[in-house]
Amino acid sequence: MRPFSYDRATSPERAAGMLVGTGSDAGSVQGRTPAEYLAGGTTLLDLMKLDVMQPARLVDIGGLVGRYGDIAIDDRGLHLGALVKMSTAADHSGIRDHYPVIAQSLTLAASAQLRNMATLGGNVLQRTRCNYFRDTSWSACNKRNPGSGCAALDGVNRQHAVLGTSTDCIATYPGDFAQALLALDATLDVAGAAGGARTMRFADLHRPPGATPNVETALKPGEVITGFHVPAAPWTRRSLYLKVRDRQSYEFALASAAVALDMDGEVVRQARIALGGVAAVPWRAREAEAALTGKRLDEAAATAAARLAFAGAVARQHNGYKIALGQKTVVRALLQAATLEI
Amino acid sequence: MPDYDDREARAFVSRRRFIGVTASTAALPLVGGPARAETAETAAAPVDPSAPVDMTLRINGERHRLGLDVRTTLLDALRDHVGLTGSKKGCDHGQCGACTVHVDGERVLSCLTLAVAVGDREVTTIEGLARADAPLHPMQQAFVDNDAFQCGYCTPGQIMSAIGCVKEGHADNDDAIREYMSGNLCRCAAYPNIVAAVRQAKAQMGG
Repeated sequence: MRPFSYDRATSPERAAGMLVGTGSDAGSVQGRTPAEYLAGGTTLLDLMKLDVMQPARLVDIGGLVGRYGDIAIDDRGLHLGALVKMSTAADHSGIRDHYPVIAQSLTLAASAQLRNMATLGGNVLQRTRCNYFRDTSWSACNKRNPGSGCAALDGVNRQHAVLGTSTDCIATYPGDFAQALLALDATLDVAGAAGGARTMRFADLHRPPGATPNVETALKPGEVITGFHVPAAPWTRRSLYLKVRDRQSYEFALASAAVALDMDGEVVRQARIALGGVAAVPWRAREAEAALTGKRLDEAAATAAARLAFAGAVARQHNGYKIALGQKTVVRALLQAATLEI
Repeated sequence: MPDYDDREARAFVSRRRFIGVTASTAALPLVGGPARAETAETAAAPVDPSAPVDMTLRINGERHRLGLDVRTTLLDALRDHVGLTGSKKGCDHGQCGACTVHVDGERVLSCLTLAVAVGDREVTTIEGLARADAPLHPMQQAFVDNDAFQCGYCTPGQIMSAIGCVKEGHADNDDAIREYMSGNLCRCAAYPNIVAAVRQAKAQMGG
């Protein structure tokens, strides 16, 4: 691990000032930004040990938990502080009852120890598990080293994405919680330097790789996520997270689906579908959702919707199975959600 | 409240520390050293990132004042600077669970925790579960009774994690135990006996 300086933040504005004050700018190469926030540290320290991330300065925001560590549920929806630990939200009875897709997406992620450490804000910003990104002995990685190429395109790409990729990057977004937030139309609160707080749609947080896979989010330099809001809606209770992986527990998704349904008997009023494990960013399957509106939700309708969800999928040599697996995952998630007793 | 034994620069100097010490990671003498205070919210003042940071860790009911390279993980602080080698380094990347300790009663991975970020939170390691002259913790005894290990390398992490698993209320049945213990790998594959041990200890811990 390279040397860095360590400071504790006492307010988000001060924290942002510390980060920006070191000369971070929008064009800086991710992975070599001069400063990073430290919350749970479960991604950051891992990548610093691997020399993938080389911050010259860490600003520890863990001490702000008193201000950004709350969970609240009211008739407007669910509020989650960004410094809430994954395990706390996963075990929260109100979230389990009223927003099960959120609790499940967290419970099925990482391990119990990691969930006790990792924060919700950091979780949505976790970096890809692409081995060519994580292993610096591979020189070609446009995400780690812009312009260097992509070793995964013609490498071992069984884990890689089939949706939202570009010719410069096919890395998969690895998380689970983000898909639940995306399916439920969440927003996030962001604080920045000089008191520049703003609210943005969660759907606008992650940027598809395009020609700049090193730019992963729409956060500006110094901005820090302070919380999430999930609006109350008729479909939040009939929701679930289905995760398919190589082993039963403690593994990243090969394919996953966050689904939420508002049903009128057997007919779909509205469906919400977000996909994980198969896409470069948390992926909303809007065409599939629209195709289900007003339909009786049976296997044929679910299969047709799943096919639409993967209509634009592009496979490489080893990940073509994800198109079939992803569709089956969507079908099973939809049919399970339809039969939930709520 | 534990009664802290505040032994500054504790006279626990392991052989490992003498052998393993390097210029950048040495636990420096704390007299007149150039240690930075880790609590200061400094502005963008230039700092020497390689200067040791003065910190006090609360471990198993004792305070340990240390001057450490800021990069030192809690795991390395425990093993190489405090001399508590019960917590094990397996992968050093948060994938195996061998380094599991409790911070303020919650099971966490000490290899992905910076020592400086622990602050005044209480750290409990496998060494802190039972006094040398007292009976073993029920979970330790359960691992012995159920032969829940072979080589033993993962065992301290397994035991610390298992105590967390029971205290969190995630040990209601074998499936839950397997799921909530999945962050602790055992290459000897003693898993069935580990599950049995957790089940036994849960009954004794009143979990």
